[in-house]
Amino acid sequence: MKVRLLDIAHARSGDKGDTANVGLIALKPEWYDVLVTYVTEAAAVTHFTGVITGGVQRYELPNLRALNFLLHGALDGGGTLSLKTDAQGKVFSTAMLRMVIDVPDAEAQALALPAYTAAV
Amino acid sequence: MSGKTVVRVAGGQGFWGDWLEAPRRQVEGGQVDYLMLDYLAEVTMSILQKQKERDPNMGYARDFVGAMESVLDAVVNKGVKVIANAGGVNPEACAASVQAMAAKHGAAGKLKIGVITGDNLLPRIDELLANGHELRNMDTGEPLSLVRDRVIAANAYIGSEPIVEALNRGANVVIIGRSTDTALTMAPLRYEFGWAANDWDKLAAGIIAGHIIECGAQCSGGNCLHDWRNIPNLADIGYPIVECSPDGTFVVTKHDNTGGRVSVPTVTEQLVYEMGDPHSYITPDVVADFTSIQLADGGTDRVKVHGIKGSAATDKLKVSIAYRSGYKAVGSLVYSWPDALEKAQMADRILRERLDRLGLTFEQVLSEFVGASATHGPLAGVGAGKDAPEIQYRIGVRDADKAKVERFTREIVPLVLNGPPSVTGFAAGRPKTEEIVAYWPALVDKTVVTTHVEVLS
Repeated sequence: MKVRLLDIAHARSGDKGDTANVGLIALKPEWYDVLVTYVTEAAAVTHFTGVITGGVQRYELPNLRALNFLLHGALDGGGTLSLKTDAQGKVFSTAMLRMVIDVPDAEAQALALPAYTAAV
Repeated sequence: MSGKTVVRVAGGQGFWGDWLEAPRRQVEGGQVDYLMLDYLAEVTMSILQKQKERDPNMGYARDFVGAMESVLDAVVNKGVKVIANAGGVNPEACAASVQAMAAKHGAAGKLKIGVITGDNLLPRIDELLANGHELRNMDTGEPLSLVRDRVIAANAYIGSEPIVEALNRGANVVIIGRSTDTALTMAPLRYEFGWAANDWDKLAAGIIAGHIIECGAQCSGGNCLHDWRNIPNLADIGYPIVECSPDGTFVVTKHDNTGGRVSVPTVTEQLVYEMGDPHSYITPDVVADFTSIQLADGGTDRVKVHGIKGSAATDKLKVSIAYRSGYKAVGSLVYSWPDALEKAQMADRILRERLDRLGLTFEQVLSEFVGASATHGPLAGVGAGKDAPEIQYRIGVRDADKAKVERFTREIVPLVLNGPPSVTGFAAGRPKTEEIVAYWPALVDKTVVTTHVEVLS
């Protein structure tokens, strides 16, 4: 089943130099493991293709039911150097929430994950 | 040690430019012991340094004088103490302005202002480099010598020690320059509860309390994505307060009868803000472990925080260095329906061709189409902005050569008459060329930085 992160998580993002961080937080405690399993570093790299120039690091915070992603090369040099509207990475949070993951039907149903149907 | 069983620290400013009403609302809305005001972002020191070069009496966050005026009664008559990193590169001048303001209100003798100096390393850079402190860029590894001649500010991030000393010496207002944001909250807790300099778990708890309230209302419902439509009355938002116990556990809350919300989701969003490696949040006082934080619902607009672990501080201090790094300019035009995006894209092709014909190349040129793809790029989808009522075309350049950037600023507005149709939004005229002051984070041995505390009365 397709699941969109916007429907199962919330997020906040910020900057450190040319790196944006995205904290991704499960909307329900029981959905945290879904984020851990499916929103991997590799999935984030694929998702942000054409948006960031560097790699991705992921950290787990089970205590907060959150994952922290560092997206390197995200901000056109960052800080005062950047020419971007979002020079401080404030809305990488919602860019992350656009991600759609594939969860096996049985697992998705057991956890009552909301299904995502892409608008055509 | 004060013997208090709970100390209330209120956050009243999250950055220089934050809500002017907030400090007064924090001291009038209910009982608080400390008002914490955070004014400094990474590049603020360089702006203040430029101001001080023009006028030796400037170089601090001037909003702070007005904030002090708005809370003067609470400081003088209710015993509220104020801790602020408003000193910038000139804490002495900041203190003098506050004293002058107090004198005007007949309260000259009522303030004991602690002034902390020693963070400013600008006059010592050559000495440090000569003594083998390379001040390498923490991100790139390059030595500072590469940009030495362009450095305009250098400040070490100071921890809680000198703030605690100022409070011990009776200060009821503490003005510091480049302290860490979090030390402004941790220091009064450490002072009140007598926490030892190696009581790592408690110091870490104080740091995390500071992290939660250092961005003002961003933990009490502001800029909160979770359930944002239903967060009550943001127009009347309450800024955050931490109620801390001697054992380092604390509650995040806000005054009664204010808008906003303090909940596990609003606090969690702030905890992950600007997070790096959550296992080691490094400060001058302690290394805090964000994976140890436990949050629990403590009733309406109350979140309990406990379980926090810390470990020994490192032997380094972070140094924030600012240096001149070329010029930039950003301009924009607005194209309207029909085919707004297509028109904006054509304008971009024309402008770039004209820059080519002029032989103008830049270190960086960035075009954005606001309304289609400016913030999410290709993630917005192939059709994004296709039938938009209007699209803002935004283009910026960056280069070491100021003349080239200046020439660029003259090429945008002509498109209004000699480019694609249905264009507006050019009332501001040519964009301004700005000098870029870039940020160079470095580390220095703690032993080379000596802070000084003076208490004025």
